Amino acid sequence: MSKAVLQKLKAKFGDAILETHSDLEIERRLVTAQSWKSICQYLRDESTLDFDMFVDLCGVDYPARLPRMEVVLHLYSTTRRHRVRLKTRVGDEDMEEANLDSVTSVWVGADWFEREVYDLSGVTFRGHPDLRRILMYPEFQGHPLLKDYPAQKTQPLVEYRTEAEAGVPLEKQAPFRADEGMSFGRFDWLHRNDEENPTDEPLGVVHSMKPSPEAGYRNGADAGANHTPPEPHQPKQGPKQDPSQEKVS
Amino acid sequence: MEPIDLELEEGELELPAEPMHLNMGPSHPAMHGTVRIVLELSGETIVKADVQIGYLHRGFEKMCERGTWAQVFPYVDRLNYVSPMLNNVGYALAVEKMCGIQVPDRCQWYRMALGELARISDHLTCTGAMAMELGAFTPFLWFIKAREMVWDILEEETGARLTHSFGRIGGMAAPPTRGFKELCRGALAQIIHIVEEGEKMLLRNRIFIDRLENIGIISGKDAVALSWTGPCLRASGVAYDIRKAHPYLKYDEVDFDVPIGKHGDNMDRFLVRLEEIRQSKRILEQVLERMPDDGPVSVDDPRVMLPPKGDVYTTIEATIQHFKLIMEGAKVPKGEVYSYTEGGNGELGFYMVSDGSGTPYRVRIRPPCFPIVAGLQKLITDRMLSDIVPTFGSLNMIGGECDH
Repeated sequence: MSKAVLQKLKAKFGDAILETHSDLEIERRLVTAQSWKSICQYLRDESTLDFDMFVDLCGVDYPARLPRMEVVLHLYSTTRRHRVRLKTRVGDEDMEEANLDSVTSVWVGADWFEREVYDLSGVTFRGHPDLRRILMYPEFQGHPLLKDYPAQKTQPLVEYRTEAEAGVPLEKQAPFRADEGMSFGRFDWLHRNDEENPTDEPLGVVHSMKPSPEAGYRNGADAGANHTPPEPHQPKQGPKQDPSQEKVS
Repeated sequence: MEPIDLELEEGELELPAEPMHLNMGPSHPAMHGTVRIVLELSGETIVKADVQIGYLHRGFEKMCERGTWAQVFPYVDRLNYVSPMLNNVGYALAVEKMCGIQVPDRCQWYRMALGELARISDHLTCTGAMAMELGAFTPFLWFIKAREMVWDILEEETGARLTHSFGRIGGMAAPPTRGFKELCRGALAQIIHIVEEGEKMLLRNRIFIDRLENIGIISGKDAVALSWTGPCLRASGVAYDIRKAHPYLKYDEVDFDVPIGKHGDNMDRFLVRLEEIRQSKRILEQVLERMPDDGPVSVDDPRVMLPPKGDVYTTIEATIQHFKLIMEGAKVPKGEVYSYTEGGNGELGFYMVSDGSGTPYRVRIRPPCFPIVAGLQKLITDRMLSDIVPTFGSLNMIGGECDH
């Protein structure tokens, strides 16, 4: 069975397959990074192979080798009950150029796995819909599963925003912002129709968020500070206040 | 109080409609303390949801690269902390696959018995907690009582209730105790009785049924595309159980059925788990029947097994062997392996790379509930806010496993 998978791949992609090996029950092959997505597409769509389940994706770092990061993919076919392991290598010694095409369009399940490999191993997936850290927090520096990331390394504390950034004195700042970690959320909504503040910033980059008067706790905090709210995002306040006035009367 | 009589125009009477943003978790009791869901609501309907994990990340994979192969066992205990024995066995099988070790028959039966006990405890916790989160507290207490029986057996066998660290490369830490079979048989009858009683309480409860049926539906095709495995996938009608599809240990020699659901809703996931408890009981009965009462539980291989303590203190060979195994660790041949077993939530995979030394070069765990939680967003979008709790409960998310 596995031999047949191998022959089909060889016939179709030829030079893109660098190494093949059969080790401990699972066929594995090493392919070039350029052909990564097309091979994945082929493995899923070819009816005799039918790899419909994305099982696992991980990065293995070999600092002494070039390219250094080996990305390992495991696939399974629920109909034919066979498995395959697909590998490719990306990245130079500083993990530059560690890019790979995302296969989220081939298997939906690849989404979080690719985010995880990006987070822990530092491989960037081109075309991923929402590539941000998943297990680590957004301010985390480095990628912990690289072999040159020391296990005892400590991370810098996430700093408070400066007074200029937040628009409130330091002692009045909450330890976290109201929209912190919200991939979409208050900030996004307020700026939705605002052309001056495009929201296509990479998600999870909190530092780039600008203060807005409507964001949660700042309503109260702003009262004491000389902070003029930016004009464009005032929600329609007219109808909002009316019901409360009715109750009072 | 006088009725409010104000002159208002049409437009003013309408309430302002703007999406509300709600932050559910991580300290919400139904989020198990480890998940956060950012929601955009329109009324009570969820327009957008973003599931965020990582609150329980402890760097499992990085830690594994620092000790010996045997020192990983305590870490795997803490991955799925509801059924640690399944992880122990899964990891032991993976390392043995690399070393080319086949454990003795008695050990294989023993591992199956302990594994099925752990699976029962896993499913009891999940179904019980699901009921509790919907307000049915009594069945939860009953199921926990049943789980205590399982844990009492495991405590008797391993010495620890939860974090057993009982697996070894090439066997188990100790042979079964003398009363193991009787203990199991006695407890099983009671557990099934409790499950039946709990079922009667829940499955005739209008509120419980209404909150489960036709909610959180996912088709088999979608579930496969999302890489779901285990009870959640089987509830969608795909009969993929590794114990049947790719039998390991002695699963090909025992007789059991793989329950599957029809609709893939919360109710199906609940029922599949309850049925799997019964199937585990069936497996256990056969295992207890066939497990030999004597014989070795560990391989007689000095490369991986620690020598008997008595020899360590009296002979130089055993002392050296002990020293080498503790200080350098068992040498695992150079190579890589992907080993997969059926965990409580589905396919528990270990992809491991060895450079031939006593320390793992890379241990990658494929946690079954990681892709399942990834699918949560799809299940709750366009549903009501109150559907999150039963849907999330039915997925049985285990933080330790999902966040590594």
